[in-house]
Amino acid sequence: MNHIFGNISVLTEAPVLNLGLLIDGILIGSIFALAAYGLALVWGVMNVKNLAQGDFIMLGGYVTWSLGGHGFNALLGVPVAMVVLWGVGWVVYRVVVSKVITRDLFTSLLATFGVAIVIQQSLNLAFGPDTQSAHSGLPDWQFADGLVSVSATRVLGFCMAILLAAAVVLFMKSSRIGQAIRATAQDPRAARVLGIDTEKVYSFTFCLNAAICGAAGALVALVWNVQPFFGTTYSIRLFVIVTAAGIGNLPAVIAAGFGMGVFEQFGGFLLGAQFQQALIVILLLGVLAYRQLQYLRVRQAVQ
Amino acid sequence: MSLLSRRALPYWLILAAGTLAPFAFPDYSNELAILWLMIVFASTWDILGGQMGYNSLGNIFFFGAGMYICAVVQIGLFYDVGMYTSGARTTHIDFSTAQYITGFALGIVAAGFGAAVLAIAAGWIVFGLRGPYFAIGTLGLAVAAAELTAAWDWVGAASGVAMPVFPGAPQTQKLFFYFSLFALGLSLLVFLNWLYSTNFGLSLNAIRDDEEKAEAMGLHTRRYKRTAWAISAFFLGIAGALFGNMTGFIEPRDIAFPTTTFNLFMVVMALLGGKGTLWGPVIGAVIFHTFKEVTWTYFLGWQFVALGLLIVVTIVYFQQGVVGFLMERFPHWFQPRVVTESPKRAGALAPQPEGAE
Repeated sequence: MNHIFGNISVLTEAPVLNLGLLIDGILIGSIFALAAYGLALVWGVMNVKNLAQGDFIMLGGYVTWSLGGHGFNALLGVPVAMVVLWGVGWVVYRVVVSKVITRDLFTSLLATFGVAIVIQQSLNLAFGPDTQSAHSGLPDWQFADGLVSVSATRVLGFCMAILLAAAVVLFMKSSRIGQAIRATAQDPRAARVLGIDTEKVYSFTFCLNAAICGAAGALVALVWNVQPFFGTTYSIRLFVIVTAAGIGNLPAVIAAGFGMGVFEQFGGFLLGAQFQQALIVILLLGVLAYRQLQYLRVRQAVQ
Repeated sequence: MSLLSRRALPYWLILAAGTLAPFAFPDYSNELAILWLMIVFASTWDILGGQMGYNSLGNIFFFGAGMYICAVVQIGLFYDVGMYTSGARTTHIDFSTAQYITGFALGIVAAGFGAAVLAIAAGWIVFGLRGPYFAIGTLGLAVAAAELTAAWDWVGAASGVAMPVFPGAPQTQKLFFYFSLFALGLSLLVFLNWLYSTNFGLSLNAIRDDEEKAEAMGLHTRRYKRTAWAISAFFLGIAGALFGNMTGFIEPRDIAFPTTTFNLFMVVMALLGGKGTLWGPVIGAVIFHTFKEVTWTYFLGWQFVALGLLIVVTIVYFQQGVVGFLMERFPHWFQPRVVTESPKRAGALAPQPEGAE
């Protein structure tokens, strides 16, 4: 307990440290927001809760890391990871997801959990259990006598995440297939009657989500680190974000993504790094309990 | 169920086979003990997942909780737990045979009831959740337990606890834990056979089929759900206590709360055998455990990938399970039988009422 109060007093005595944590939280939160948007997309359109989301991110991270290892600039990893993950997403869709889309929700949840385990274990076999990170070769900027350091990679990652998110949102709003995706999300049967190939829409949505995860994973490898078994924590984070925000509410998903980043930075600083995972999971339970209370209120109103 | 009736026959066969197995295959007694553990896992998962329609992804929480409760009781009866688990021990630690047996017996009782109490407490949080939210919420519960235990110094944090050493030869130890797990598994099966024939079992099925309607018919659904989870937790807690003593060393992430191994295996075994039936999970556990041991032996390194693939294939392509498949293919095997040999029961089309001697 004592070290928590110690850390709080550190923060109140050096307020500029708060700024550092806040900036880091927002920069990392942008990556969470990007991947959470992908999860919300698949959830909303296909009603599939993808528990392999975090492992897609790790896969994207490892693509970037191995590119860096082969002498390419790691920044190239972002587009390459998107392309590779698009392919992985297509295979997973064909083999697993397309078969469970019409079944009950637990089936799709469990099937994607199985996919997650296959990806984790394959990554572990291929790259070993060590944490890895890719280096972009960009400098760190120092402010306030070195108390606040902002890494240029993180800023670049933030800009890329925002650009990508904007591109995806624009694509969903104005392109023809984006309209088809939104129509399918509203009412798949009506969409089919109107001549939309919903099968194709599902496949495209899942691949798009995988590609978004690939980009997010590349950014994670650049600004943080990747490890074969970190995927589950990412999946849980994204679930917290989407459950708290509600699917189909894009601004809320993005805001919750940033909130998650900031919360985690402060929580990790105050309680110590060993509590970081526990903090995320407890946040999940808190969000679920809160949603349940809301549901109880609605039920009473109906009675 | 009369002790000599047709329906009691499988239990007598299991009792005979289970008793002889460790003597027939003495090299495999550990694997056989784990097989019984797997049967307990699959059958306890099926109480909620199959019979009640609540698919939990966090039942491993009770396994780990039972393991730690038992360890704390076993150690705490005779030594200071914080001192025992810290690396810097000031006194020599030794458990006499009498101390081991007392601690073990009390620890198992405490583990079973402690896990059941935890299930009732956790039920307040998660049983308002439905469908996939329930699955994710319970998964969160298990992961939270693993992470918090890994940060709790009093129980050894992430570096774990070395359990008291079994007083006896290694061969005796193997047989002792085999028969403990065997007794647990067999009594669970007998208990579930009885439970599923009572009104309580029917109420669980009613909740699975339509919870709103069951509530409208006057069932206290929350009470039933919590009780069912507590029953499942009771057996899982005891299983955890036995397994912790069997391995001799417990640790939060990979032994007590392994969310991606044992935790997932129990779901897959129940689905593989056929959920919602008494024997489905048992068949699933036997097939799955055999497959696991074979891949462990012949594909070392790739075993988890092979298991992951088996999981995906089971869930995507074979979800009705072995028993479900047989029910579809040979429905007449599962129809109620007309009993003709006993004159007083002749012509009874309905299944015999349970417990009517």
